[in-house]
Amino acid sequence: MKVWRKIRESLSSNPMPLVFGILCLFGVVVSGKSWSFLLQEVITRLARNWILVLSLLVPISAGLGLNFSMVLGAMAAQTGIIVMTHLKVPGMLGFLGALTVSFPIAVALGLVAGNIMNRAKGREMIAGMMLGFFMNGVYQLVFLFMVGTVIPMKNPDLMLPQGFGLRNTVELKYMKYALDNLLTVSLSGLVIPVATFVLVGLVCLGLNRLYRTKLGQDFRAVGQDMHVASVAGIDVNKTRLLAVVIATVLASLGQLVFLQNIGTLNTYNSHEQVATFAIASLLLGGATVTRATVGQALAGTFLFHLLFIVSPYAGQRLMGSPQVGEYFRVFVAYGIIAAALVVHAWETHRSVLSAAKRGLPEREADRAG
Amino acid sequence: MPSAPMVLKMEGITKEFYGNPVLKNVSLDVKQGEIHGLVGENGAGKTTLMNILFGMPVIQETGGFSGRILFDGREFLPREPRQAMAAGIGMVHQEFMLIPGFSVTENIKLNREITRENLLSRMFSRKLETLDMPAMAADSRKAIDALAFEGIDEWAPVAGMPVGHKQFVEIAREIDKENVKLLVFDEPTAVLTESEAAILLDALKRLARRGIGILFISHRLDEVLATCDRITVLRDGEVVAEKKAGETTVIELAELMVGRKVDGLRLADEAKPPETGEDVLVVEDLSVNMPGERVRGVSFTVKRGEILGIGGLAGHGKLGIANGIMGLQPASGRVKFLGKEISLNDPLSALKAGLAFVSEDRRNIGLLLDETLEDNLVLAAMQVHGRFLRRVGPFAMRDSGSIRRHALETIKEFDIRTTGPRQVVRRLSGGNQQKVCIARAISLEPKLLLVSEPTRGIDVGAKQKVLEILYRLNREKGLTIIMTSSELVELRRICHRIMIMYDGKIAGILPPDASDAEFGLTMSGEKSTERSGEHETTG
Repeated sequence: MKVWRKIRESLSSNPMPLVFGILCLFGVVVSGKSWSFLLQEVITRLARNWILVLSLLVPISAGLGLNFSMVLGAMAAQTGIIVMTHLKVPGMLGFLGALTVSFPIAVALGLVAGNIMNRAKGREMIAGMMLGFFMNGVYQLVFLFMVGTVIPMKNPDLMLPQGFGLRNTVELKYMKYALDNLLTVSLSGLVIPVATFVLVGLVCLGLNRLYRTKLGQDFRAVGQDMHVASVAGIDVNKTRLLAVVIATVLASLGQLVFLQNIGTLNTYNSHEQVATFAIASLLLGGATVTRATVGQALAGTFLFHLLFIVSPYAGQRLMGSPQVGEYFRVFVAYGIIAAALVVHAWETHRSVLSAAKRGLPEREADRAG
Repeated sequence: MPSAPMVLKMEGITKEFYGNPVLKNVSLDVKQGEIHGLVGENGAGKTTLMNILFGMPVIQETGGFSGRILFDGREFLPREPRQAMAAGIGMVHQEFMLIPGFSVTENIKLNREITRENLLSRMFSRKLETLDMPAMAADSRKAIDALAFEGIDEWAPVAGMPVGHKQFVEIAREIDKENVKLLVFDEPTAVLTESEAAILLDALKRLARRGIGILFISHRLDEVLATCDRITVLRDGEVVAEKKAGETTVIELAELMVGRKVDGLRLADEAKPPETGEDVLVVEDLSVNMPGERVRGVSFTVKRGEILGIGGLAGHGKLGIANGIMGLQPASGRVKFLGKEISLNDPLSALKAGLAFVSEDRRNIGLLLDETLEDNLVLAAMQVHGRFLRRVGPFAMRDSGSIRRHALETIKEFDIRTTGPRQVVRRLSGGNQQKVCIARAISLEPKLLLVSEPTRGIDVGAKQKVLEILYRLNREKGLTIIMTSSELVELRRICHRIMIMYDGKIAGILPPDASDAEFGLTMSGEKSTERSGEHETTG
């Protein structure tokens, strides 16, 4: 009886990972793929995506919600990668070079995004999303038209035959696996990119430490109540700005790790879905618009990508068409974000209502004693 | 303490909001170790004065102020709260400035956390120093103990704490600041129980003995008189008097505040309900599941043309009745109005039947705070009765002309102090907001008006006005009213009958001239002699 209630409680308090865990298990069984194949795929994808997902945590703790503007960080990373590929800097050196180039760009873009969000308090998510679309336009302007015309650059490998603009896909032959190959371990047939996981570990550790610092406390205070924080003397706008900058820089690092693993850069598309997939991953782990932990980020990414891997195979086996699975996983990604936003809106509304209902009699009770 | 040096001296403070003077040449000073009371009606300018002292951004945004502030002997012009805090001014706010998800310690130490250096903080910024939670908790404990208020755990989360405890956490935060020289208390006892209030006032005196200057704002004049050394009275943005506590009385203070004789007498001339009145509202076995104000099966009737008061201690269900009848809280039972059944849990049904409700929760339910006064007045009437609308083909358009006329009439009739019908309701003072609430309900042209806590949180003058309005509506226009209030005195002033709730049930229905003892016993449930014959015998 007790056990049953406990299960029910944890289910109702955290239904997301459970439901999708079961769904994943079902997919794994139906897909008919071997455990070792699936494990290898998952390991690759975790190494590739974890930092991107982790980059979402700081803005959530600072009350900015899901950071759709992480696309900006991805753009910064891609700029760094394009520069290094053009300069033909190989391996780890190229990776570090790309990091160096993208860092100031990410900081600058983070400042832009942070300032805009400070002006759009309460509507940060939609503002961030729109900013992503806008910056995508700027990005295209730079790499489709200005490269080769305003920016002097000649590189037939990278550029379109017309003499300006970058190609749609750029082979990252110098930088592919730069980080992954730094240290890999083979374990009973599985290849594990240890260096990448070490980096992920450092990011996790850093985030955990951050929450225990004065700055982390400020983030949480601002995230919970801007007004109270500002009356206590915390510079709310600056704190929020810092949160967005940190998030953007982390997102650019994440995109670098992502691309060095993928090995090709879709110049005009690679960044587009970064936010969608990272946010869906985080939400699958049981995070909400106002609360997210490192653990939820890690677990959610695992579930999301396992689902991603098995769904085409499961679709093939069940319906005779991998397209069904493909459809399903896209549906899951967008559906889960929509659901999270609806739940958030609903809970905000409900908490306002219940505060209104609860607040008064309680106050009164105290007065009359 | 004439010899003690000044902590604060405000001289000739003048402030306008949108051309509306709210402070006129106000001067005020607080000495070290002195408790200085600041009293005045709502809208008298107390809050604005404190906002100036605290450097709230709203002051600069609306064009600053003129006058001079000396703090601790130095010229002082705070532009943001941080500067005021750095100078040593602590503020205990009327609304809680606590972060619900934080523990008591985290709240007390908010933005004054104790931190330890680490490698990264030395490299980059002090912001990256690690929090030293045990040290923070120890400090918090000390601050809480200094208040001599037991029962607060420094590790407990603030969310879900009783209101009184939150108030003490707030105070503990202020006294934890080492450099604090002046503490401002903005109505700290409004949300406390009597025993908590006593502890608080004690703590205040103890703090003053430590040499801290205290500015104490309260509506409870007896408290002010008992606690303060000197008292400054504000009225309409001006200082009308500064008195030593020993040389004045509650009555004098009240008179100074209001600027006219307070009429403490009963308004109702005839205590008896109208003889001919038939039962307009029949309530049978009504149960309302309102959190904290549960009603467990009550039956009563209301006669045409009477004011029925509902009283009782908090938590005994008096607020639940009106909310239940109006369909705002889940309810069961039967309610018949003018012979027709009202379906419960359906606010529109109650409104359509001709009932109107002034909620006890005027800021959240009663008003659209960011809409204009005139829109607030007519929106419900538009929605429910289709008034103030002009039909243009298939469309219903607002009839601006009639809305404006109605608003202007209402402002005059209800004496709403406003810059005009287009003023945003949020900018009105509490008492005037309450008048708007009642006026709005009257705009529905109801046959029965339910008012809950019409005088809560508003000052003496406005209270009087609101009661007068209700009285007039009843006696002159024959409106039937059910008035719920925790202020027994008010119920006794205007009601024909007073129904006392105890534990969700009716403990008794008393005439307003019943003795204090009788009321007291009924409210405490000691005497459940339902004087049920009450209205039959009088009728």
